[in-house]
Amino acid sequence: MIKNPLLRWALLLGIVLYLYLSVGSLEINWSRIYAGLDRGAKFVYGFMNPNFAGRWTDISEGMIESLVMTVTSTAIGIAISIPIGFGAASNLAPLPVYLFCRGIIALSRSFQEIIVAILFVAIFGFGPLAGVLTLSFATIGFLSKLLAEDIESIDRSQAEAVKATGAPWWQWINFGIQPQIMPRLIGLSLYRLDINFRESAVVGLVGAGGIGATLNTAFDRYEYDTAAAILILIIGIVMLSEYISGYIRAGVQ
Amino acid sequence: MLEIKQLVKKYKTGDVALNGVDLKVEKGQVMALIGPSGAGKSTLIRCVNRLETPTSGEIWLNGENIVKLRSGKLRKARRNMGMIFQEYALVERLTVMENVLSGRLGYVGFWRSYLRKFPQADVQAAFRLLEKVGLEKMVNKRADELSGGQRQRVGIARALIQNPDILLVDEPTASLDPKTSRQIMRLITELCEEQQLAAIINIHDVALAQMFAERIVGLREGKIVYDGSPDDLKPDVLTEIYGEEDWTAVRKRKAKKSTDSEVEDESVSAEHMAEMM
Repeated sequence: MIKNPLLRWALLLGIVLYLYLSVGSLEINWSRIYAGLDRGAKFVYGFMNPNFAGRWTDISEGMIESLVMTVTSTAIGIAISIPIGFGAASNLAPLPVYLFCRGIIALSRSFQEIIVAILFVAIFGFGPLAGVLTLSFATIGFLSKLLAEDIESIDRSQAEAVKATGAPWWQWINFGIQPQIMPRLIGLSLYRLDINFRESAVVGLVGAGGIGATLNTAFDRYEYDTAAAILILIIGIVMLSEYISGYIRAGVQ
Repeated sequence: MLEIKQLVKKYKTGDVALNGVDLKVEKGQVMALIGPSGAGKSTLIRCVNRLETPTSGEIWLNGENIVKLRSGKLRKARRNMGMIFQEYALVERLTVMENVLSGRLGYVGFWRSYLRKFPQADVQAAFRLLEKVGLEKMVNKRADELSGGQRQRVGIARALIQNPDILLVDEPTASLDPKTSRQIMRLITELCEEQQLAAIINIHDVALAQMFAERIVGLREGKIVYDGSPDDLKPDVLTEIYGEEDWTAVRKRKAKKSTDSEVEDESVSAEHMAEMM
């Protein structure tokens, strides 16, 4: 509560005035809104009647391409993330390695997928290759960071006890560290698989292949019934993978 | 066999944990290291295993100066020291068998250990040791399913399967109830006798130390203030180790220190008071 009543009322008045002016500055074209309502109705109507059959070959090809992109990019991402994650854990890596790996993570996290996808499409052309690279790149930032944080919070005494037996470095990692981080690594990988599927639909919109490309085409052709069918399939697959990964995660405690 | 000469350990914070320790442990000798909390007991055995790097001094084990060893040679030296920890320090998500076999990692190649295909002799030794510590039925249980006493038995088996020359034991009973504590101490001393193993056992329970160790060394503020048989550990000696006027000194110093150590110090000194009465 602001003590000075004058200031209080002045602020309130200022906010109301600002809102009035800013609403007034919006150029609202009522005829366009009207036309849009019409399209919106078509859209809703299309959703009521999703058309799976009309362009089924396009849809199934896009879907398969998306799934392939998802699995490939997740696998590549995990394979690269594990060494980077270890390197970015301050309790394992020497300072130069730590800084290098943290740098890679920061780089990967500072760009949104769409921007990376546009870049890769510009370099490698339209198609799933750009999508796979985009999603792998995004996976590295996500997985390495969270893996590194998990490694940093392990129980030091367990690792120390293995080291005290005279175990060489790799065996120390395998017995002292790996068992402690495995549940989280599996959980994060499955979670990223989910995310990558959803993102594969998004990056398709900028030409990086997959179901997103099919969806984009459907919108361009005003085929809302087909678009609806695609969206329903995406929702279904995401829900299914959510359910499966939850089941697996509960199993690895 | 183990000889420590003028060992000094200063932490980066400026605390002097060990201030010129000289100590010699013969083959097969079970030695209890007693002293108040913060006297440097843990630091001493952690220096021997080089989990801490000493600031200066020498540690000779089997004719090698451990302080000077690096990577490969240090690992080889570590194989000859079995460590047992206060909180057991088992790898929780590995089985009892895997935990015991981890004591052989210094001898087994990477792929064999990665695929859990340890040499038959090691597996047999593990079974034999688990039987000896009374856990032959727990072989395939995960370590986090065991009770405290059982975990410490696995810890003992893990240290013994190394075939060490010396056991370094850090407060083995601090997290256990009195009955289990005695059982664990009896087990450790029996096994040492059987295999002619030397042992340094850090323990704050003076009564237990007197009961099971053949030699007692008292450490106070990083210096050895008593070294002799358990029978000569008379009240005046205990006062010298734990020191009645010492508590006030700790309190005075504490006023300058951070508050988190305060709670611990206080509970510990209360324990020591109880022990001395």
